[in-house]
Amino acid sequence: MKTKTGRKHLLGKVSMYGFLLVFLIISVFPFYWMFIGATNPSSSMFASPPTFIPGSHFMENLRNLDNNVGIWRVLFNSLFVAGLYVVLALAISTTAAYAFAKFSFKGRNVIFTVFLLSMMIPYQATLIPLFQMMANFNLLNTYFALIAPQLCYPFAIFLMRQNFLSFPTELLESARLDGAGEWRIFMQIVLPSMKPALAATSIFLFMFQWNNFMWPLIAIRTPDMYTFPVALSTLSGVSYTDYGQVMMGITIATVPILIFFLAMQKHFITGMLGSALK
Amino acid sequence: MNRSKATPYVFLAPAVILFLLFTAYPIVASIVLSFQKFEGGSYVFTGFDNYIRLIHDSIFQTALVNTFIIFILQVPFMLLLSMILANVLNSQLLRLKGFFRVSFFLPAVTSLVAYSLLFSVLLQDNGLINELITNFGMSAIPWLTDGTWAKISIVLAMTWRWTGYNMIIYLAALQNIPHEMYEAAKMDGAGKIRQFFSITIPSLKPVILFTGILSTIGTLQLFDEPFNLTGGGPANSTMTLGLYIYENGFEYFDFNYASAVAYVVVMLVAVLSIIQFKVTGDK
Repeated sequence: MKTKTGRKHLLGKVSMYGFLLVFLIISVFPFYWMFIGATNPSSSMFASPPTFIPGSHFMENLRNLDNNVGIWRVLFNSLFVAGLYVVLALAISTTAAYAFAKFSFKGRNVIFTVFLLSMMIPYQATLIPLFQMMANFNLLNTYFALIAPQLCYPFAIFLMRQNFLSFPTELLESARLDGAGEWRIFMQIVLPSMKPALAATSIFLFMFQWNNFMWPLIAIRTPDMYTFPVALSTLSGVSYTDYGQVMMGITIATVPILIFFLAMQKHFITGMLGSALK
Repeated sequence: MNRSKATPYVFLAPAVILFLLFTAYPIVASIVLSFQKFEGGSYVFTGFDNYIRLIHDSIFQTALVNTFIIFILQVPFMLLLSMILANVLNSQLLRLKGFFRVSFFLPAVTSLVAYSLLFSVLLQDNGLINELITNFGMSAIPWLTDGTWAKISIVLAMTWRWTGYNMIIYLAALQNIPHEMYEAAKMDGAGKIRQFFSITIPSLKPVILFTGILSTIGTLQLFDEPFNLTGGGPANSTMTLGLYIYENGFEYFDFNYASAVAYVVVMLVAVLSIIQFKVTGDK
């Protein structure tokens, strides 16, 4: 009897790990294939039998890609836009979230509900008026056009608000009794305890902007202003595609964010968990 | 006293101003655009003309049907898969939980453009996937060149990208279910499967609703994948509403018609969200 349940247990365990292993391969293998592609000539991706080992074409693919889309310029654009965006959007969403979480004032619930509901409106419904607005003010093809429209990002406000809610209000009260100004309380007492939340929110904001595609595709007219995803999407040519270049491009677009994610994954995953729950 | 009354508004002002300018105004402006037409250098009101045109537009109908096929195939399949994975990862017997969790989440970090292009390389007629399939003695699959398979390719790609993301959300919710509930059910003789359907699923209802609505919004807006993976082809078989908005707005510069399509998406999101609220919500 005992061995029978033991064997059943073992079988369950083996099938559980088997299932996870299959899923692990499916999740991770495409990343490996991306590295293989980036270091091999275009043709090797379609070789029979396939090559699973890194090749020697890394520099050549990089050079071709640079000749084609000017990757350093494009990389700078993406980093600059995403970096500046994170700083500004974080400041805006943090102050707004603090107001929602720690003050009671007229219109609070209405404004907060409107912000939340706006997340349900597909992004595409705002694209055309945004485009017209930028065109009217002659702001198409500028960094301003890339950064400004999504600075108020309701999801970030929501995420930060959840974290401020758990900040003890008594601490604020006693600081007020001591005569500290509201701004000073916020900057010197509240914010320093919010580092994990700020980290999680900035990762979200950075990823959103780094990976953003449709709006930059519309707002940007010249290759020197392309962001990385837009430059990538121009690579698959109508008649001939150099897949070595494509794979190199994907690698450059993915590796920084992958490293960033792996370094920050603790904050990131807790940040996600928090947002889904409360 | 007066100062502290103004404080919350000062903190809120930048967000509200930006919201009004770049979210609220465009939402309203595009409704207005959808009831207008560009004639002789200015916009004139034409009532429901754009919406009537939609009813007779066969590409729009194709886009609508495609979006729904992808939605129905992809969302339930992915959510079920992520729930199963979350359950397995929540098991107390499992080792290396953190490793599996991070690995399964990895695809959600990549950009939609990057993974679409990666899949377009993998799914070429002579690409790696077909190479493996033919090695097992099956015939190659026209992933991107056949209408039906192109849709399946998009479904598979999206599932790869988003399953881990939803899994993390479910995992969080699972960790909040008190362990005693399972202990009690076990005492009453309920098996694993019975426990899953009587405890896990009911406890997860609000989270299932949350992920369901997020996925609905995402799928109805589908753009990056068909744009980069299939270009909407072959023969419009992967044309989506998102792609059709882009084509009308920024290839044909018919802002009014594109706005009407965008509002169809808004209405679909609203209707589907309400249905999901009714189905999963507490009664």
